[in-house]
Amino acid sequence: MKLTGAEILCESLTRLGVREIFGYPGGAILPVYDALGKSKLHHVLVRHEQGATHMADGYARASGGVGVAMATSGPGATNMVTGIATAMLDSSPVVCITGQVSSKVLGSDAFQEIDITGITMPITKHNVVVSRAEDIARTIREAFVIASSGRPGPVLVDITKDAQQASAEFDWEASAPQLPPKRQRSNHDPAEFDRAVELLNSAKRPLILAGHGIMVSGAMRAFEQFVRAGSYPVAMTLLGIGCFPASDPLNLGMMGMHGEAWVNNAIQEADLLIAVGMRFDDRVTGDLRTYAKAARKIHIEIDRAEINKNVKVDAALVGDAREVLEKLMPYIVTRDHGAWIRHIAELKGDSAVRDIQSLPDTGHLYAAHVINDIWKETHGEAIVVTDVGQHQMWEAQYYHHNRPRTLITSGGLGTMGFALPAAIGAKFAKPDAEVWVVVGDGGFQMTMSELATIVQEKINIKIAIINNGFLGMVRQWQEFFYDKRYVATPLVAPDFAALANAFGIRGERITKRAEVVPVIRSARESAETVLIDFRVEQEDSVYPMVAAGASLSDMIRRPNSPLVETATEP
Amino acid sequence: MQTLVAYVENKPGVLNRVSSLARRLAINIDSLTVGPTENEEIARMTIVAHTDEKGAHRLEASLEKLVDVRLAENISDRALLERDLALIKVSADQQNRPHLMELIKVFRARVVDVAPESLIIEVSGAVEKIDGLLEVLRPFGVLEMARSGRISMTRGGDLLRPPVTAPSSELASAGTNLK
Repeated sequence: MKLTGAEILCESLTRLGVREIFGYPGGAILPVYDALGKSKLHHVLVRHEQGATHMADGYARASGGVGVAMATSGPGATNMVTGIATAMLDSSPVVCITGQVSSKVLGSDAFQEIDITGITMPITKHNVVVSRAEDIARTIREAFVIASSGRPGPVLVDITKDAQQASAEFDWEASAPQLPPKRQRSNHDPAEFDRAVELLNSAKRPLILAGHGIMVSGAMRAFEQFVRAGSYPVAMTLLGIGCFPASDPLNLGMMGMHGEAWVNNAIQEADLLIAVGMRFDDRVTGDLRTYAKAARKIHIEIDRAEINKNVKVDAALVGDAREVLEKLMPYIVTRDHGAWIRHIAELKGDSAVRDIQSLPDTGHLYAAHVINDIWKETHGEAIVVTDVGQHQMWEAQYYHHNRPRTLITSGGLGTMGFALPAAIGAKFAKPDAEVWVVVGDGGFQMTMSELATIVQEKINIKIAIINNGFLGMVRQWQEFFYDKRYVATPLVAPDFAALANAFGIRGERITKRAEVVPVIRSARESAETVLIDFRVEQEDSVYPMVAAGASLSDMIRRPNSPLVETATEP
Repeated sequence: MQTLVAYVENKPGVLNRVSSLARRLAINIDSLTVGPTENEEIARMTIVAHTDEKGAHRLEASLEKLVDVRLAENISDRALLERDLALIKVSADQQNRPHLMELIKVFRARVVDVAPESLIIEVSGAVEKIDGLLEVLRPFGVLEMARSGRISMTRGGDLLRPPVTAPSSELASAGTNLK
């Protein structure tokens, strides 16, 4: 069957199970848009191509499948860069399709020509220029395989306009992926495996560091069995949240810079760390010289390049988390680590003040109140999409996720402006799920134009702006490390409720604690998107905090404050 | 200094991906040579990098993550044969020419071009040998030099062959959103 390159692209995407494409048209991609109109694919018109990539990313993270973003050449493509890098750093399978000028003018600085494969080389898992219609189907199929296999990541396919317009024979069977053969490394050397088993069965104070890789490999069940078999306490990375229920007594909570104090202390006291699908990021380890000195380390990780990168480990099991955990299971001697678990409970002791809802109402509205109330009102079952900063850390502390893929957040790159578009993508992936955006007043202003996308697509999400009038996390650093010199962090914002109204979205403004639950209930009852502007305490900080580069043992704790009656001292 | 061998797809842009990766990892490349292999689809690279064993591991593992790299291997601690080729244009007048010829003979180099005021000397061998020749030529006046960079091969039965088996058939069904 003869089809144009553009038609081949749409047909291929359809056959790959794609339903939605997040994109923005332009000259060099117009043939594809013409074909899109005749296809079954649904195109979501974004307001900025960065939004398209975040939506595809949010779609991928919520669904576990591949998200697809599309843009034209030149500025359309360069606007995708931040979203591509975000997906790269968080190993999210996104396929970006960009139009390119015709192959006969490539390299001539034609109108809207830019070398987008050159630009995105270090921030994609792979990228490729396609200049022949007959290569499109195979290349797209390869892009999907690359994006979603192994350690996932973004792939960019740049298609010249003449390739979109030319006709070619479309033969799905004949266009199977033909990726270069790879050396098959035998995943773990038996000695390494035996060492890991010995460490696992001899540890007195073991602790699991659970990361995103568990979710990516779909290892939740195997992981839970592994945890039960060894009765290992579990600490979560930010992106690992959800891979093991927060309600489980063995789940200690988040580790790292803003991790719970008892978690960080347990890491420092453990005699064995079992890292699963995580990469010892600096936000997790703090100063490497003082990190978990008492512990031997086992690293279960699919990416060989992560082994011994930051932390030298005693046994490295390279492979898919599920496969490795299942292979280890029969060797785990069931153990009761009661004494160690009780010790961690003691560490938790007086710092277990997370239930702030029991505090007397002093009239002050804290971000923590808002997030904790959203958690309670949604029964912990919503998909929460956050931006980056204080609200993100409070979300991780106060919203307790029991299911995988329910916290969607930019971890590695820390991209402000991620939340709103990523939530739109998540909603398309899970149309029946309740989706909440938790976002700061700074990050929201970076991509708030996507409110128009919400209206145009008639989707229903709930937006909670944690509005403290500051770029809060930067302000917090200025408070702690720059003598409260608040340079460029006080932030003027529009009246967000009125802004929502201007887009045709219901907007609310909340200033008192007593109003929080009623507004959340009312928003949940609405079948449409509701934006709530929560005016919270302006100069609150996230505690505990390990300063950048400081030891994990060296946490800044919440000072005794008349505003917070239950403040604790270390 | 660490030596890696990589088998890569013999197509445009691959060298850029490899060098861009080294740059991103902040690893300085001392020399990088690339040439075709007996299989026209595959090129072989020898990468000599200013890094330690840990850096070489990271480079090796990261190289293998590139779609266009079939295999990458750190061969630094193996028994190696290493060769570098240099063309050295040195100024030579009637007086010092005999002395020069003697040195060239000692280093088993050869003269490949003769002009009234200069000679071009071709020398191949281990890097140290070429460096040694260069040292003794310097007083005569080295006018120009071109070096190929190092190529390396493991000795004897220690074979390093590129994988050529076709990708597994499961790829055909991988990577779809269809559950």
